[in-house]
Amino acid sequence: MTDQTISVSTRNLSLGYGAVTVLRDLSIDIGKGEFLVLLGSSGCGKSTLLNCIAGLAEPTEGQVFIGDRNVTWLEPAERGIGMVFQSYALYPQMTVRGNLEFGLKNARTPRDEIDRRVARAAEILQIGPLLDRKPAQLSGGQRQRVAIGRALVRDVDVFLFDEPLSNLDAKLRSSLRVELKRLHQQLGSTTMIYVTHDQVEAMTLADRIAIMKDGRIQQLGTPDEVYGRPSTLYVAQFIGSPSMNILKGLVADGAFITGDLKVPLDGYRFVAAAPSQREVRFGIRPEHVAIGREADAAPLSLQAHVELVEPLGSDKLIWTRVAGEAFCVRADGRLPVAAGETVRIGIDASAASLFDAETEARV
Amino acid sequence: MHAADMPNARPLGTDPWGPKPAQRLSGTRIMVYASLFVIAVYYLIPLWVMVATSLKGMPEIRLGAIFAPPVEVTFEPWVKAWSQACTGLTCEGLATGFWNSVIILIPSVVASVAIASLSGYVFAQWRFKGSETFFMLLMVGAFIPHQVMIYPMVMLLAQVGLYGSLWGLIIVHTLFGLPLNTLLFRNYFASLPEEIFKAARVDGAGFWRIFFKIMLPLSLPIAVVSMILQVTGIWNDFLFGVIFTTPSNYPMTVQLNNIVNTVQGVKEYNVNMAATILTGLVPLTVYLVSGRLFVRGIAAGAVKG
Repeated sequence: MTDQTISVSTRNLSLGYGAVTVLRDLSIDIGKGEFLVLLGSSGCGKSTLLNCIAGLAEPTEGQVFIGDRNVTWLEPAERGIGMVFQSYALYPQMTVRGNLEFGLKNARTPRDEIDRRVARAAEILQIGPLLDRKPAQLSGGQRQRVAIGRALVRDVDVFLFDEPLSNLDAKLRSSLRVELKRLHQQLGSTTMIYVTHDQVEAMTLADRIAIMKDGRIQQLGTPDEVYGRPSTLYVAQFIGSPSMNILKGLVADGAFITGDLKVPLDGYRFVAAAPSQREVRFGIRPEHVAIGREADAAPLSLQAHVELVEPLGSDKLIWTRVAGEAFCVRADGRLPVAAGETVRIGIDASAASLFDAETEARV
Repeated sequence: MHAADMPNARPLGTDPWGPKPAQRLSGTRIMVYASLFVIAVYYLIPLWVMVATSLKGMPEIRLGAIFAPPVEVTFEPWVKAWSQACTGLTCEGLATGFWNSVIILIPSVVASVAIASLSGYVFAQWRFKGSETFFMLLMVGAFIPHQVMIYPMVMLLAQVGLYGSLWGLIIVHTLFGLPLNTLLFRNYFASLPEEIFKAARVDGAGFWRIFFKIMLPLSLPIAVVSMILQVTGIWNDFLFGVIFTTPSNYPMTVQLNNIVNTVQGVKEYNVNMAATILTGLVPLTVYLVSGRLFVRGIAAGAVKG
């Protein structure tokens, strides 16, 4: 690990408890100053991976590197990391100042240095007036700020976040999300690894997202990549709300065929050579389906019966049925359409994703 | 139906007003208070008899009216119980027994609570290979009748030369208190968010620092419970006191028994009553002083453990 641009990396990390395997042969390189989000549903191993990096869980196999050091056998405190937890995990009997100082005192930091760092963290996080309060006297948002401060005073290169915003209400969550992003910009070269199950947090915060399932990384890429070119069917359905429409069918003669529908694949970028006579899943996001007048310009346009309309204000979700599958179309909120009517929709393969029916990998 | 038809109806858009409806004394409520009263009286009558008798002189007691208040209040029985009553061969009252009990109590309570909190912390947060099995064994220890272990314990103490001494009894009390109190502390620590422990490790605190700086200050409620259980248990102990010590080291309970069960001479009921109250005073005080914390600690363990 002599590469200066790599901050954290894991090599062939595996972890199992008896018969249960949580992480499988997981290798990942995280760049210096990068904001990496580990995203997945509960039980996918994302928190376990974070705990392995922190040194709070011991991998069965594999190694962890931070900076240019192999930290696999080091104590959490020796790894140069700060960590923020979902439940804040503040020490209830200590004041905010006591919470911030605890780690520094453990490291026998000189008094003036402690004061300097606490003052700096308090200024960055605007918790100066709260320093002499106990955690019980703080609101959820303030507590989480103190928890971030506790990582900040440690003056480390790597921040680990374990679902830090999940205990907050929706409004506070979005404002703290912005603050976190600002903090990341402000600190510049600090690497942040962030675990969440919330795809909005993942998309808005991340430089890169690692989507995990069953202890493996399904896809590692920028938010645009995981959204635009999902590498597996799982990722395609996990990212995006409402999730991607999936049609079952066949690739043959340069087109996707399902029932009596035929979508020409001229504009589709295949991963390798275009397959032929292969069972596939054709995925297209609700927002990439053309509707109304624009539908006729698409390579395939068809009449669809509107079953349900969900108005969202700016948008409208129109639920129809295509080739027997529920099919959602996102339309402009002002489009006049009601359940029971018929609309014209257009499908263009250039914005779609094709997955092998068996391996579920992108083709 | 119109609002005007209902005299008590509240007009729309106004707040409730008028006098607060009187709470009627319902049948259930009367039953509850009545049974509480009966139970309270049932427990208070013996106490009243004891206090009243202890303040009477022997001639008054011979009249036989045990519920009657003392006509001529005298504190002589109390003085006698404390410093002159005969406990076997010597007639020095309960005072020696009291001090023996204190000398037994303090180190046993301190040691058992300290060790139990530490082992509870280990079982809850520093799981090691086989720690669950180890804990199960300890729990088995809590449920084996103490009588079964007396003879081996006597042999063991005799081997190391502590049999009959106060220190032997202190060790016995400490050991026998460990299983239950370890369970209390373990459950309490297990109920604390695991993330606090993780945060402390990231902050660079080791085994002892996490224990002393984070866990111990948080364990006050359960420490109070544990302390009360140990104080009352050890103070009220009679069996171990008789078995593991010699007459000069007898704790207060044993000496009380010797005073009350004297077969020679006149039975001095007033002295016996005073001696009994004196002996019960320590656990009673502990309950009164820390009752509130006790209930809170029990509840904390019960709900979260």
